[in-house]
Amino acid sequence: MISWPNLVSQLFNGLALGALLALISSGLTIIYGTLGVLNLAHGAMFMIGGYAGYVTYQYTESFILAVIAGSLFVMLLGVVMERVIIRHFYHRPHEDQLLVTFGLGICFVEIVRLIFSSQSLVVPPPALFQGITNLGFMFYPTYRLAVVGIVAIALGALFIVLYRTRLGMIVRAGIEDSVMVDSLGINVYQVFMVVFGIGAMAAGFAGIVNAPVVSLTPGVGDDILVETFVVVVIGGVGSFPGAILGGLIAGEIISVTSMFNPGYAYVMLFAAMTLVLVVRPHGLLGVQGRE
Amino acid sequence: MTDDLIRRGLSRRGLLQTTAGLIGGSVLPAMPAFAEDKPAIGTYPAGVSGSTAFIGISVPRTGTYAVQGEDELKGYQLAIEHINEGHELIKKISPKTSKGVLGKELKFGVADSAAKPNEAVQAQQRFISENKAIMITGGTSSAVAVALNKLAQREHVLFVCGISGSNDTTGKDCVRYGVRQNFFGQTAAAAIGPVMVREFGKGKKAAYLTPDYTYGHTVTKSMQDFLATAGWTTVTNQVAPLGAPDYSSYLLNVANSGADVLINVNWGHDAVLSTQQAKQFGVLDKMKLVVPYQVPFIARETGGLMQGVFAATDYWWTIEDKFPLAKMFNAAFEKKYGYKPEWGAENAYVSFAHWAHMCEEAGSFNPPDVIKAYERGETIPSLVGDVHYRPEDHQCVRPVIIVKGKQQKDMKSKEDWYDVVEIVPGEGLMQKPDAFGCHLGDYT
Repeated sequence: MISWPNLVSQLFNGLALGALLALISSGLTIIYGTLGVLNLAHGAMFMIGGYAGYVTYQYTESFILAVIAGSLFVMLLGVVMERVIIRHFYHRPHEDQLLVTFGLGICFVEIVRLIFSSQSLVVPPPALFQGITNLGFMFYPTYRLAVVGIVAIALGALFIVLYRTRLGMIVRAGIEDSVMVDSLGINVYQVFMVVFGIGAMAAGFAGIVNAPVVSLTPGVGDDILVETFVVVVIGGVGSFPGAILGGLIAGEIISVTSMFNPGYAYVMLFAAMTLVLVVRPHGLLGVQGRE
Repeated sequence: MTDDLIRRGLSRRGLLQTTAGLIGGSVLPAMPAFAEDKPAIGTYPAGVSGSTAFIGISVPRTGTYAVQGEDELKGYQLAIEHINEGHELIKKISPKTSKGVLGKELKFGVADSAAKPNEAVQAQQRFISENKAIMITGGTSSAVAVALNKLAQREHVLFVCGISGSNDTTGKDCVRYGVRQNFFGQTAAAAIGPVMVREFGKGKKAAYLTPDYTYGHTVTKSMQDFLATAGWTTVTNQVAPLGAPDYSSYLLNVANSGADVLINVNWGHDAVLSTQQAKQFGVLDKMKLVVPYQVPFIARETGGLMQGVFAATDYWWTIEDKFPLAKMFNAAFEKKYGYKPEWGAENAYVSFAHWAHMCEEAGSFNPPDVIKAYERGETIPSLVGDVHYRPEDHQCVRPVIIVKGKQQKDMKSKEDWYDVVEIVPGEGLMQKPDAFGCHLGDYT
């Protein structure tokens, strides 16, 4: 029997979960859409964002500084990664790209484990967002409510960069046809570096914003990576709006299925992905995409 | 000449025993010098033909049980160090040990199981094939323990189980070649159940968080069965996969269930995360929390959320006031690693010390002899008093420690997380040996 308060609670929870998935997935899909690189180190970058923020918090006790530091550190890491390693793989087969990013992800996780051990670390939410809020139909952690707002602002900022700036125009054009962009005299490789940095920053930002929700461990990015890929496939590979739509759908599927039978949450998620692939092979909002 | 005798049907063992008989000796079967006269089985005698014996260790060093796995590994390493040097503490548990086991120095290899059965089996198979491991060990996941049970039986190499809380490990999946030292779901329920009924009353409503594998299901079932006798009902049982990244959906179901008590069966990082999130969702303000199979490190990792919470555990360091061996162990462990040992370390150390004891008693590494030494059911020391192994299922009968989280103001040191409420003797907690369908299988 459906309990309405529980259903509404789960729908709301799905929104919160989906918002976070959307943010992480947007970074992944921007990088793939523009550069054609499936970055399997994306989950590890999410994790590093959390740890960089944690270290900053230890020294400053400021959550805002932790978020800024976590985001910038991972953006810098992304830029270095792109300049030193990834750019050598743009013209190599996808398999090579997958292997090198997968390997980098493992290295990142092990380095963090070496420094911080495997014990859970906690970043408390800012004082303003601590405690529980009564929404009338349910009690919900205040910080999780705030996360929905924070993620919405972050996605809005990404949207403005992608759809209202010259850089965004180049990026979107690059997704459609990077050769044409190159032939117009734009240094595509410099743009690629910036795009990789932005995509990485989205992961890092999500990592530190998520840290007060789930305590930090070196493996925190492993599971999220799988969910993120499912989101990207559902929404459409390379599509920024698709990542948002896919994230929200995935969040709702996980949450609502959990109300009836938690064991089937991931089964339903993958079933939905399969259904989307059958009906729309390029995802719900995907374009033909890169070849 | 000896070879001729053997070819003609007279074994080396027979010849030596006959000779010994002639000189009036009757102690020969217990003498290590004759170990090589047993028929070859598993990695015996190849694995112990030199001056060393090799042990294969697989613990989770990554994944949700990584912290517990590291603690367990430290216990193994300390035990091996102590056995090799003939440490005073080892001699208290295994009086015949001088240096090494039966004079052989112990060597070991470590593999990361990541709490995954396939990875553990592959690693241990390699240790058996390449290193001729005479004993394998590992755990912190009952799925791994059950898989290694099967490997041990197939390969005829003894498996000394690490932490494993499933009833199945020495129940329906028991094997002749596997032994387990720590307590498990049914004993957890029998130990902590009466405390819960006493503290919270009869006829309560319980919500469960259960990890979706053999450990979780059997611990939850045991708790449900026991608490039903006091009129407790289950209002919801939320089953989550091992290593779930987020418990919010499950906790919303719990929050809306109307339960009086949340029984969190999760372990490792899963227990830490689910408890932290239970607090975030206000669940811990509405209902009492109980952890029937306490995860080491949960108190420090949740930062105080275990205050006032009852839990059952194998070991808590403050029992050193009652048990001198625990005091010796704590001192040695803290000196080496810089923190108080937790359950994983204790389990690993004692399991190895008991194995050394059994080998010394058998006078041989020959697996059937070592197994029969366990099956004598002899009372032997442990860090929590005297214990024994049941011959019928190879389960150690040992006390279960009930602890209650201390309030911060009452903590005498930064590691003083719990009060020991009760040390429940093992005998009264045990099910009948065949209650979970144990059939041990053959020696050879």
